[in-house]
Amino acid sequence: MLELKDVHTYYGNIHALKGISLKVEKGEIVTLIGSNGAGKSTTLRTIQGINRPRSGSILLEGEALEKLPPHEIALRGVAQSPEGRMIFPRMTVMENLEMGAYARKDKSGFDEDLERVFNLFPRLKERINQKGGTLSGGEQQMLAMGRALMARPRILLLDEPSMGLSPILVELIFEIIQTINKEGTTILLVEQNALMALSIANRGYVIQTGEIVLTDTASKLKANEMVRKSYLGIE
Amino acid sequence: MSAKAKSILRGIVVAAVVLYIAFLLGPIAGFDVPAIAASIQADPKQLIQFLIIGISNGAIIAIIALGYTMVYGIIELINFAHGDVYMIGVFTSLTVLSLTGTLNTNDPVKIILGLALALVVSIASCAMLNATIERLAYRRLRNAPRLAPLISAIGMSFIIENLGLIWASQSWLVPSFGTTGGASQKFFPDLLGTIFTVNGWKVNLFEYFGIPLRFTIKDLLVIVLAVILMVGLYLFVQRTRLGKAMRATAQNRDAAKMLGIDIDRVISATFLIGGGLAGAAGLMAGLYNNTAWWFMGFRAGLESFTAAVLGGIGNITGAMLGGFLIGLLASFSDGYLNARWTHAWVFATLVLVLLFRPSGLLGEQVGQKA
Ligand SMILES: Nc1ncnc2c1ncn2[C@@H]1O[C@H](COP(=O)(O)OP(=O)(O)O)[C@@H](O)[C@H]1O
Ligand SMILES: [Mg+2]
Repeated sequence: MLELKDVHTYYGNIHALKGISLKVEKGEIVTLIGSNGAGKSTTLRTIQGINRPRSGSILLEGEALEKLPPHEIALRGVAQSPEGRMIFPRMTVMENLEMGAYARKDKSGFDEDLERVFNLFPRLKERINQKGGTLSGGEQQMLAMGRALMARPRILLLDEPSMGLSPILVELIFEIIQTINKEGTTILLVEQNALMALSIANRGYVIQTGEIVLTDTASKLKANEMVRKSYLGIE
Repeated sequence: MSAKAKSILRGIVVAAVVLYIAFLLGPIAGFDVPAIAASIQADPKQLIQFLIIGISNGAIIAIIALGYTMVYGIIELINFAHGDVYMIGVFTSLTVLSLTGTLNTNDPVKIILGLALALVVSIASCAMLNATIERLAYRRLRNAPRLAPLISAIGMSFIIENLGLIWASQSWLVPSFGTTGGASQKFFPDLLGTIFTVNGWKVNLFEYFGIPLRFTIKDLLVIVLAVILMVGLYLFVQRTRLGKAMRATAQNRDAAKMLGIDIDRVISATFLIGGGLAGAAGLMAGLYNNTAWWFMGFRAGLESFTAAVLGGIGNITGAMLGGFLIGLLASFSDGYLNARWTHAWVFATLVLVLLFRPSGLLGEQVGQKA
């Protein structure tokens, strides 16, 4: 469904992605794990078109994305819950969700999707008229994910959805990610919390300073020596 | 010390500084408290008259301030050419009125049709001009260091002022009424006064009802038109798809892009709307103050930029509030202090707000970008 081939991305002179290649098949949860500053967010931002790759190609079901502007990429079914959540602080929860459906052409499905989001995140329904900026961190994460789902994306990119959340909330968010996937959405999940990510993913990639150093099924990665040492904190 | 005590203390210090400056500069600038008190006592209804003038001028300032604040809200740029776009609006209106023969008729129907056409043409041309400025001078500098678009903006301002100078010198476009050259102030006839004159008496709404104050049709028109534009803008920004996309882009540009918003289009639309408002303000101000001058965008720019900052730059309601406050300040300064110093008071307000309350009266907007 989504394929990156030898993608290089720069911030000025900083070579942040040094030839990333990865694949996400339809219906999968694929996780991209790596330590802080490895290039995980840059990968997602590059897929989305927020950052331009200097070379390499990004294909969504065979169609090249790398030269399209971000809003065109969104129109083709790529949605993201970005790092730092980036909800609209002075818009209500409802307005944030409406913005999520901005790229949608079929307005008829809006109510259906809204109900689906509220089923996944009942808290959002309780907060519907509250301003995004007044929500708690966990609620903002739910809103960011709900907003991305309102686009009814073909592929959902999640950037560290567990960041800054209490262990109970992390559990909840990961359960919801699995539900979303079971309901038919393909997911590329970026995490520093490698243990959680590998326990729900089908496959995983390990990224180090802008390069993919390892890829395998999630269960094999979990058992891998290097992964255990560096990312799971198990000696 | 608690934060509250600190802010109270700071308030006292600010008040002391303001009073000190006022009394130091006061006598020069006509800030002579006993004399003012005496003149208010001698003619208290004058105070209300200045209030009316202040509100009418404030309405115009507010409409221009909206253009500054909307653009700042969305790309964090002070569009220094905005006051000059408004000046072009004044000249566009005058030229349309002149070419359609509206200036030489007493027929109320023709005058009203002429004014309606002038309003539409002025709004459309200023909208296009402002969007063109963005396209030419700001768009490619969007990711440049902040000083670059600012300098580009000042350059645009000079270019448009000179355009105004050339325009004003074309007597087939701008009736000279005896003035010579493009640099002189041109007369913008009081067309509403012409329509609503009965037996040589200009219709005065208050006097009609036995109130000894001047509140003419043009005050009414300016205020009504301003309110319509403000309410319209507010509804547009709150309710429509494009309005919501604008707010989203202002609050988080990357998130807006990710959701499928074409931010180039949204930014163009913002400049179109800001320019259109300046165009409307151009006709309003021409009719109200009866002058057209190539340099008038400077004063209007200073006043409305101050209004936008006072209200909280980026905040639409703030710009409206700030507009009326600056209109009142200017009117009272013109009336009771010394008209020559009005600019200085406005500028002092700008400096004080920037020093002590940069986020303005209503603005939580600035610095809140997450
Ligand atoms: N806006 C930026 N400007 C310059 N360098 C950046 C920027 N964002 C990220 N980087 C650099 O790119 C590299 C990858 O960052 P990022 O993709 O955010 O990593 P991760 O998400 O894995 O923590 C880091 O070295 C970081 O310093
Ligand atoms: Mg990151």
